[in-house]
Amino acid sequence: MDITRFISTHRKSLLVGFLVLILIFIITLPLYAGESDVRVLTTVLIYVVLAVSWALFSGTTGYMSLAPAAFFGLGIYTMALLQKELPFFLIIPIGGLVAFAFALLIGLVTLRLRGIYFTIFTFGLVVFMTEIIQYLETRLYNRHGWDITPIDSEILLYTIFGLVVVTVLAAYFIRRSRYGLALLSIGGNEEAAEHMGINTTRTKVLIFAISSAFMGAAGVITAPSLIYVNANIAFSLFYSFMPILMAVFGGMGQLYGQIVGAVIFGYLEKTLRAQLYSYFMLGFGIILVAVIFFLPNGIAGLVPMLQEKLGGVIRRLRKGGQGEQHANT
Amino acid sequence: MAERILPLIIVGIFQGSVYGLLAMGLSLQYGVCRVLNITHGEFVMLGAVLTFTLSLSGINPLLAPVIIGPLLFGLGFLLQATLFRGLKARAPSPAAFEGNALLAAFGVMYIIQYIARIRWGGRLMPSYYLADIVSFLGMDFVKNQIVTFAIALALGVAVYLFLSRSRMGRAIRATAEDPGTAGLMGVNTNMILAFSFGLGALLAGTAGTLVSMKTAVRTSMGFSNTVIALIVVVLGGLGSVPGSFVAGILIGIVSMLVAGLWEPVLTVPVYYAMLMVLLLVRPTGILGKK
Repeated sequence: MDITRFISTHRKSLLVGFLVLILIFIITLPLYAGESDVRVLTTVLIYVVLAVSWALFSGTTGYMSLAPAAFFGLGIYTMALLQKELPFFLIIPIGGLVAFAFALLIGLVTLRLRGIYFTIFTFGLVVFMTEIIQYLETRLYNRHGWDITPIDSEILLYTIFGLVVVTVLAAYFIRRSRYGLALLSIGGNEEAAEHMGINTTRTKVLIFAISSAFMGAAGVITAPSLIYVNANIAFSLFYSFMPILMAVFGGMGQLYGQIVGAVIFGYLEKTLRAQLYSYFMLGFGIILVAVIFFLPNGIAGLVPMLQEKLGGVIRRLRKGGQGEQHANT
Repeated sequence: MAERILPLIIVGIFQGSVYGLLAMGLSLQYGVCRVLNITHGEFVMLGAVLTFTLSLSGINPLLAPVIIGPLLFGLGFLLQATLFRGLKARAPSPAAFEGNALLAAFGVMYIIQYIARIRWGGRLMPSYYLADIVSFLGMDFVKNQIVTFAIALALGVAVYLFLSRSRMGRAIRATAEDPGTAGLMGVNTNMILAFSFGLGALLAGTAGTLVSMKTAVRTSMGFSNTVIALIVVVLGGLGSVPGSFVAGILIGIVSMLVAGLWEPVLTVPVYYAMLMVLLLVRPTGILGKK
């Protein structure tokens, strides 16, 4: 029985089977697991959306955005402000649109310039958002923070799962399309891409806005489980840095890399962060540096490397075996 | 109105000189090593917190940089000589190196910040030094503001002269311009890169000492300092060392005017507004070339 050949010939059906298993696991989880497990899974799925959508822009073009929290927070605030007026499921696309529009504005100002200006601009953007929203809140509403009516955790789980499916499919098809190739060529060599006839600015700004829209939608879905939000909670830098860590750890080139990274760190974050906060964050820093230094393509970069090495070993073993047979006869 | 604005501007210049020092270090690190060092604020924090710790054991804050400076210089030197050098050797293109270096710096930021947090906790550390008031030209100033301004200005001028006049400074500028050719001319570029990075860390640490003379410090102060340094660096022109100092003073004045006449919460939003306008009008910064 040759396992490697079996895997390579039945690759598609195996993948589909695996995805169906995950689907069944997520859908049936609330039946046998407790409330807290459902919450952990919801958090993990939120991070999947953030990491995948972050890598969709930054992983392909090489423009490092350090501000996922800005768009995520916009989503949370959209929910906080509109929860009384509109139904939950309508607010999700609105949150996405708000983030989309804001990202479009930021992108138009900064993405015309070289990548590093964009990075610098996004780095402090979260602080900017926090302070200006605090100011507006006290000025316009004379208050600090908002209560959000909680929503049943199962509904939230299924909603975020729906968003994960949409995000992952969108990322998959964008990466495979002409458009994705244009993005990759921008990441490879922007000037060359421009000479090839790609409108680089439009491509960059649009994909930045699209990836931010997913973050905004994820923010809307996160809001009800927070119960109370203010600018410091909604625009916490933590939401900026976690998706980056996850995507880098998992690998930005392959879609499954970001998903694996988000699942691992999302789970660890939810289970460990509360008790050992400082050591947990210190460990994150060490892992991040180590991954970039030793595995620049992340965990996903390990797979082809291992395949190559293992494949070589297996082939050699097989050849060795055949050689022995020949010698015996 | 004039009596209100003039002191604000002067205090702004005092405050801005520290920002300038901070940004000079970052500008040097990006200009020479091509590392957008978002760990910069953490070096400020280390400088500030170590100054406080030393002052508890009776060491004068003015002497603290003598001890802390070489320490942080060594740390910066090592970071460049090991981590960033290794990344550069492996990166397929300069752009890929900048991206990877940024992410690695991001990890280093976490490491430094949380080691400091585990060691010192999150409490406020008030180590005011020379906090008495002195009258000068009919205006009242806190003494430490004048002292920090003098130190920052002297150090800024010293670094500028070092870069523009000395042999080492010429080697640094040559490496920033074109590392390949500089190497062919006999410059030990790896050493120069590590030296520049270390010098940037030293400037950040000294800025931290100056900050700790004026305000209470804490282990979480790094991030906001990085944000300010980055904004100042872009305003002054990325890689332009004198430009960062000038832009630092400008930002200092603006922050004081906004805080004094309008609303303290809005200082960061105003920086951003300035940044946006500048990026649209003059992307190379105030004193930037090209």
